[in-house]
Amino acid sequence: MDTQVIGHRTPRVDGEFKLTGRADYTVDWQAQNMLYGYPVPASIAHGTLEKLHLDTARAMPGVVDIFHHGHFPKLYRSPNSPTHQDQVSEVRLPFEDERIHYDGQYIALVVAESFEQARAAAHAVHADYRRESGAIASLLDTDREGRLLASEGASRGDPEKAFDEAPVKIDHTYHIAAESHMQMEVHATLAEWRDERLIVHESSQGVVYQHKAMARIFGLPDESVEVVSHYIGSGFGNKLFMWPHAVATAGAAQMLGRPVKTILSRQQDMESGGNRPASRQRLRLAADPDGRLVSMRHDSTTETSFVHRYVDSLGSATPSLYACDNVAISQRLLEVHHGTPCPMRAPGETSGIHALETALDELAVELEMDPLELRRRNYADQDPASELPWSSKHLDDCYTSAAKRFGWERRDPAPGAMRDGDEIIGWGMATASWPALRMPCAARVELRDDGSVMAACGTQDIGTGTYTIVAQTVAELSGVPLKDIEVRLGESTLPAGPLSGGSMVTATALPAVAAALRNAFDALKEVATGEGGAFEGSDPESLEIEGGALKDDQGKRVSFGEMLTQQKLGSVNGEGQAAPGDEKGQYSFRSFGAHFVEVRWDPGISRLRVARVVSSIDIGRAINPSAARNQVEGSIVMGIGMALTEKLDYDPRDARLINNNYADYIVPCHADMPEIGVELLDNPDYAFNEFGARGVGEIGLTGIAAAIGNAVYHATGKRIRDLPITLEKVMDT
Amino acid sequence: MRNFAFSSAENVDQAVSSERGNAGEASYIAGGTTLIDLVKLDVMRPVQVIDLNRLPLREVERLDDGRLRIGALVSNTDLAHHPLVTQHYPLLSQALLAGASTQLRNMASTGGNVMQRTRCPYFRDVAAACNKRAPGSGCDALEGVNRMHALLGTSEHCIATHPSDMCVAMTALGATLTLEGPNGTREIAFGDFHRLPMDRPDLEHELEPDELITHVTLDTPVVGGGSHYLKLRDRASYEFALASAAAMVAVEDGVIREARLALGGVATKPWRAVEAEQALAGKPARTESFEKAAEIALSDAVPREHNAFKVPLARQAIVRALEKASAASKHH
Repeated sequence: MDTQVIGHRTPRVDGEFKLTGRADYTVDWQAQNMLYGYPVPASIAHGTLEKLHLDTARAMPGVVDIFHHGHFPKLYRSPNSPTHQDQVSEVRLPFEDERIHYDGQYIALVVAESFEQARAAAHAVHADYRRESGAIASLLDTDREGRLLASEGASRGDPEKAFDEAPVKIDHTYHIAAESHMQMEVHATLAEWRDERLIVHESSQGVVYQHKAMARIFGLPDESVEVVSHYIGSGFGNKLFMWPHAVATAGAAQMLGRPVKTILSRQQDMESGGNRPASRQRLRLAADPDGRLVSMRHDSTTETSFVHRYVDSLGSATPSLYACDNVAISQRLLEVHHGTPCPMRAPGETSGIHALETALDELAVELEMDPLELRRRNYADQDPASELPWSSKHLDDCYTSAAKRFGWERRDPAPGAMRDGDEIIGWGMATASWPALRMPCAARVELRDDGSVMAACGTQDIGTGTYTIVAQTVAELSGVPLKDIEVRLGESTLPAGPLSGGSMVTATALPAVAAALRNAFDALKEVATGEGGAFEGSDPESLEIEGGALKDDQGKRVSFGEMLTQQKLGSVNGEGQAAPGDEKGQYSFRSFGAHFVEVRWDPGISRLRVARVVSSIDIGRAINPSAARNQVEGSIVMGIGMALTEKLDYDPRDARLINNNYADYIVPCHADMPEIGVELLDNPDYAFNEFGARGVGEIGLTGIAAAIGNAVYHATGKRIRDLPITLEKVMDT
Repeated sequence: MRNFAFSSAENVDQAVSSERGNAGEASYIAGGTTLIDLVKLDVMRPVQVIDLNRLPLREVERLDDGRLRIGALVSNTDLAHHPLVTQHYPLLSQALLAGASTQLRNMASTGGNVMQRTRCPYFRDVAAACNKRAPGSGCDALEGVNRMHALLGTSEHCIATHPSDMCVAMTALGATLTLEGPNGTREIAFGDFHRLPMDRPDLEHELEPDELITHVTLDTPVVGGGSHYLKLRDRASYEFALASAAAMVAVEDGVIREARLALGGVATKPWRAVEAEQALAGKPARTESFEKAAEIALSDAVPREHNAFKVPLARQAIVRALEKASAASKHH
């Protein structure tokens, strides 16, 4: 497809709003007569709330009410069904009973006239608990195995026999600490009841989902709810489904008859607003002497909470990544006493690919083979799991291009052999991969008499650039310039769009917008060829769209706006739907890439830093290469944190979170930024959708931690199998 | 945040004579980088807050005797970039710039940084046991998550690390604090100002409740001394030290004439390693001498479950900092 706008670097259409403060984030919203909510978190992780002491708090200035068990509307649980799009992050309702399942669980919500008054009163609430022993702080602190999940297993061939008979094998166990999303914008809700309708402003990655969950929980018909999320300061997955603060806030607003806004503190956000679960993974790989994989077994355990059954699917990529006849994956799930985990950027596969790609590096060492060569020898030309051909796979090009740009051929394989002054240089690599997902979607487009176009979809822009790619799509197909295109997202009453998750919005929403736009064109052509129209009597099929105008084969050209104005019409509309079709049974859809990493290790002062990352990623067509590259770069930064510093520290004695803030939970800062060179291959995947795009928000995070860990091994000769690789694990003591 | 009374002092006399309630209920505020944070967490609960920002304490001046007098309100940023500091006390400049972030350094004051509170997570959590925050309640850090905690100067009541980088450099350089109170002015050596936790970790320093730090005066620079501040930490910036070393070495003909060494990130107060300094004097400026000094400096270290690695890490910080300082000495 020869394109004018799509595939070209495009500045964000909402950039001006963000720079000038006009972008209306949830916390910016004010309602008349509004109150502020502030949750009171439990300070134990396992036990029962015996008594709340509220008298002091109630008497404090500005306090209107304090909600808690026994003083809160009676609500319903949400069915929590993916099919019916009413999923929630915590199934249990706030204040449902007096059981405490995790540190930070809300035991009350203080509502006051100001935020500061609500917070001060929340601090003045005291609770008596009956503590119970045996709180499980983390999978990392226990030998418990959890229960085996039948839903997550897969196997082919006879991996046990093949392993036993193979000449070269490795068998290692890897741990990854729980991580926090650390999205810049904390969770927040403004709930308002107007004429029995519930209007909610929420920082949400799924306005349609939250809409349906709210309707179920409050027993309302769907049309009596509206969820708005125009701008989101990111979420990385922890805003996909609704959290208890939103339910508590809406319940309080209902009881008080006044709007209530609740903004979580960073501490609350980290304790009870989602996390990537810790994991333990055993990898058993075996190869023949030439490095061909003959057996792969990947057995995982992850955490969930006592308030949800969330499962991070760790092994889901493993059967598809390499050609191997004998494969088995299994997964166990262990309940722990902390706030429930939820999807976090490339959930499951980020953890699973880390273990697999580290294990492959270990196998390469056993084979005395270059780790890149090992991956090439096991290249999967079709999807070995589904046995379907790939819709479009160019991983070999990623390997070749990234290796060349990195200078991989100059690598001395001996650990510690490459030095620069006080520093030892380590080079490592890993494969990246993420499935290409697509869901059904609806959209609406309006062509207006002033020549502008409005496109609307009930998905949302979580900061990744969805507004811009929707505008690009309209501009591409209509010829209307970007400045005359208005994009409306983030309202649950718009035609239903997808969650901003799974890297699926691009492939899901753009075909629906295109369908709606084409239907709007048809409506316009009907007007144009009808009575009094500029092309009266012409065959609508003969008219073409060009530069924001209709054109016939005689060279006559009338702009959209002119046409509508002539007919005294304000606008014409098009509704459109799009969904994946038969292609799902014909191809396997997945994106691939390769990361190459240089670390610097100064053994004299135990300083480990990532110095350089070179990545080549194939995501099909990048609709907006600027934003797409930015997604991969951001993922790499996140991966550096995962590899080296990030860990939610739960006190093993009582499962309370110790590092619940930006200072003590260590994400990379600017000074940690390496030189990052991201290349996006441009191979449109038209088998997947008409725009050839597979999505880009998550793939960059997969494999990066393994590439770093493999580079650490190359520098130090030490294989650190537990993330994060903090300096005490590497230093010589 | 609880309500508190707020007033601005127009001069030092007014600041120290302001009517106030019980000890601990009144707080001075300069940059507020510690106070506001801890008030929001309900850890500090001042009833009265006295703003110091109108006081004329923003000068950095060289005294006739060669010492450098720093007003308590000089920001960390201004101090780090002040020509007299970068020229004569580069160690202090390096230490300041190793601390916090640009935004915090723009706000943080010299006096306030001397008074900086610990980052111990149990101190910051009102539901945890902490003898520093709630005397007699115990110490959850002793057997808890104590990777960031101190090795030196600890007690069975507190192992909280003193967080400042600036103070580590100042204790190495030698300095005097000027304190103003209702009964007049007094001076105290920098090294005597911070207390060890012992059995009263809530008593962190020698400042009386109605006293104010007005100046920090640095000793005259060591002639010919090279210096280096090395901070080892999990990330490259905006992060507390796992171990830091402030080193100053004056070398003549390959022999150490004078050495100064102070440690951060590993002690309950800014830690001057006096015995290590004495051991260095007269020794050859070589790695073996520095390694010996590191051994001496850490000989009293009491590691805990998660922070044992800080012993070798601090050793590395000391040796590398001394090497760099020695190499920077004018007559090596």
